[in-house]
Amino acid sequence: MGMQNLEELFQQKIDKEVKIEPKDWMPEAYRKTNLRQISQHAHSEIVGMLPEGNWISRAPSLKRKAILIAKVQDEAGHGLYLYAAAETLGQSREQMINDLHSGKAKYSSIFNYPTLTWADMGAVGWLVDGAAIMNQVMLTRTSYGPYARAMVRICKEESFHQRQGFETLLVLSKGSKEQRAMCQDAINRWWWPALMMFGPRDSESTNSDMSMKWKIKRKTNDELRQQFVDMIAEQVKLLGMTLPDPDLRWNESRNHYDFGEINWDEFWQVVKGNGPCNKQRLDARRKAWEEGAWVREAAQAHANKQRTRKKAA
Amino acid sequence: MQQALLDYTLYLADSALILGQRNSAWCGHGPVLEQDIAITNITLDLIGQARSLYQYAAQLKGGEATEDTLAYLRSEREYKNCLLAERPNGDWGQTILRQFLFSCFQRELYTWLAKEKDAILAAIATKSLKEVNYHCRWSGEWVVRLGDGTAESHTRLVTALENLWPYTGELFKGADYEVALGLDPATLHTSWLSAVQSTLEEATVSLAPHASCFMQLGGKTGVHSEELGYILTDLQYLQRVYPGCDW
Amino acid sequence: MLHFIKKLYYGDIPDANSGAAPSSDQQQAVTDWPLWEVFIRSKQGLDHKHVGSLHATDAQMAIENARDVYTRRQEGVSIWVVESKYITASNPAEAGELYEPAADKVYRHPTFYDLPDEVKHM
Repeated sequence: MGMQNLEELFQQKIDKEVKIEPKDWMPEAYRKTNLRQISQHAHSEIVGMLPEGNWISRAPSLKRKAILIAKVQDEAGHGLYLYAAAETLGQSREQMINDLHSGKAKYSSIFNYPTLTWADMGAVGWLVDGAAIMNQVMLTRTSYGPYARAMVRICKEESFHQRQGFETLLVLSKGSKEQRAMCQDAINRWWWPALMMFGPRDSESTNSDMSMKWKIKRKTNDELRQQFVDMIAEQVKLLGMTLPDPDLRWNESRNHYDFGEINWDEFWQVVKGNGPCNKQRLDARRKAWEEGAWVREAAQAHANKQRTRKKAA
Repeated sequence: MQQALLDYTLYLADSALILGQRNSAWCGHGPVLEQDIAITNITLDLIGQARSLYQYAAQLKGGEATEDTLAYLRSEREYKNCLLAERPNGDWGQTILRQFLFSCFQRELYTWLAKEKDAILAAIATKSLKEVNYHCRWSGEWVVRLGDGTAESHTRLVTALENLWPYTGELFKGADYEVALGLDPATLHTSWLSAVQSTLEEATVSLAPHASCFMQLGGKTGVHSEELGYILTDLQYLQRVYPGCDW
Repeated sequence: MLHFIKKLYYGDIPDANSGAAPSSDQQQAVTDWPLWEVFIRSKQGLDHKHVGSLHATDAQMAIENARDVYTRRQEGVSIWVVESKYITASNPAEAGELYEPAADKVYRHPTFYDLPDEVKHM
């Protein structure tokens, strides 16, 4: 069978909605694209633990503390499922982590913004997880089997995240003057970065074309972003808060909300590493990994000793 | 008597909360993803235990007391947690050993309380025991891995033992409220020590150098190390800055 | 030549047949703990089902990690783990000869047989 034939067969499978599994033939570019996307996604979950972890020690009630810890822990779980899915494409977790730490691999820029007040826990859940879920629901139907299955598991757990975020803000919105101000301030700071999470405009996105053809992605950045704006513009009314965009208004003829222009300069600056927390986040990840090295070695050394002893016995 | 029961319940609750608060700092910073998740499960168990205990204490106290007023609005001198719980996380070895020493103690204590006459404490103890048994197993296995792992991990575990051992004596010294209730924790010492010793032996670590160790006391009666003030500053920040709010 | 991707872990086709050479960035020595596959019985009476993978130094740790990672929401009552390298998988390129011959054996399925309605419970 020639290469061309294999590629045709591969595309036929994709077109017929047959999932691609780890051992199946796949174009090298498909493998690489998936590996890049899944590992980026995994890194985002892991780095994403940090901004919310920042408030665990200061959560304002024991119930909120337990919820927040459970949520951040879920993100560790999601990172783990995704690393495992990426490993089926032939790269070790350690290699992926090294790529993250060296700056070679990217993660979602949203986590390079700081969480300054307790209200940020609500805004991150509602807006950031809300934006992520749009992407993730789409990805449960992605063409690569292990990725799709990981996403099904993640989406099941994720819906609690967005709900608890909104509910956190709802309580604040009904609270004292200071709490309401805290709530509005958090929405103001997280709104635009959340819109940036959908990536560059379709006209500028480099990876979208093949990703769509191979059904790794099923909706374009702009489609998902519009869907998100339409959803949030309604939900914000329930909070009695506003979104910080003077151009936001319902457009009868499009049947969608119109919204203002994203600050693309800021977007690219943060992607390039100049966000407020890029360095802090990567440093924290490197520190955890480096300080854990002796622990990982010790456990492996002990397991090896045990095996040797068993054999000797 | 009611006051003694309240104090005792607060001692149990505070110890679980403060250790949970300490452990929670590992969330997102663990040595490997699987273990980050594992220790966080223990953190959640401890906070869950603390909540049940505070809810009971609030009931005993009456008035406006809730689990949160008890956790968030009492100061350093009112907190009754054992000193062991507030020891710093240190490295993974110190965190693991602290968990192991504490969980083994909790196992003895809860087994005992499960049969005591106070029905609510007995019910909380019974429910928590399942969790605690797992904590003992998980932390005990890690103690063995570190002690019998590499030369470095062995040294680190030995150092952790030196750091923590002086804080174990307090667990078995009855505070006034324990005496008033007729609950003498000294009776738990033998079985605790034998469990700890057998795991440490497997970890090739000797307890002999600590045989006549001077034991620090005070936490259970509200005289803490300097650590606790900072823990509470963090823990109570929002409730203190914005008093009387719902969250 | 069949161009299989290189897969390090999933009970693989022997190396000689496994296609693409590893890219240079995968050459570096790996000190990851071994990878394990996790199977969970969600309730008594059901089969164990593959739910994912994780890293652990030995079987005992793998079981405990699986408990902590994959049953946080009471998803299971029993766990199996097996080190991934011990799984042998069929070769997808042979799917035709392995599975298609079963397609025309309709007589293996109960609906192949027409019985009078009077025959109940069969």
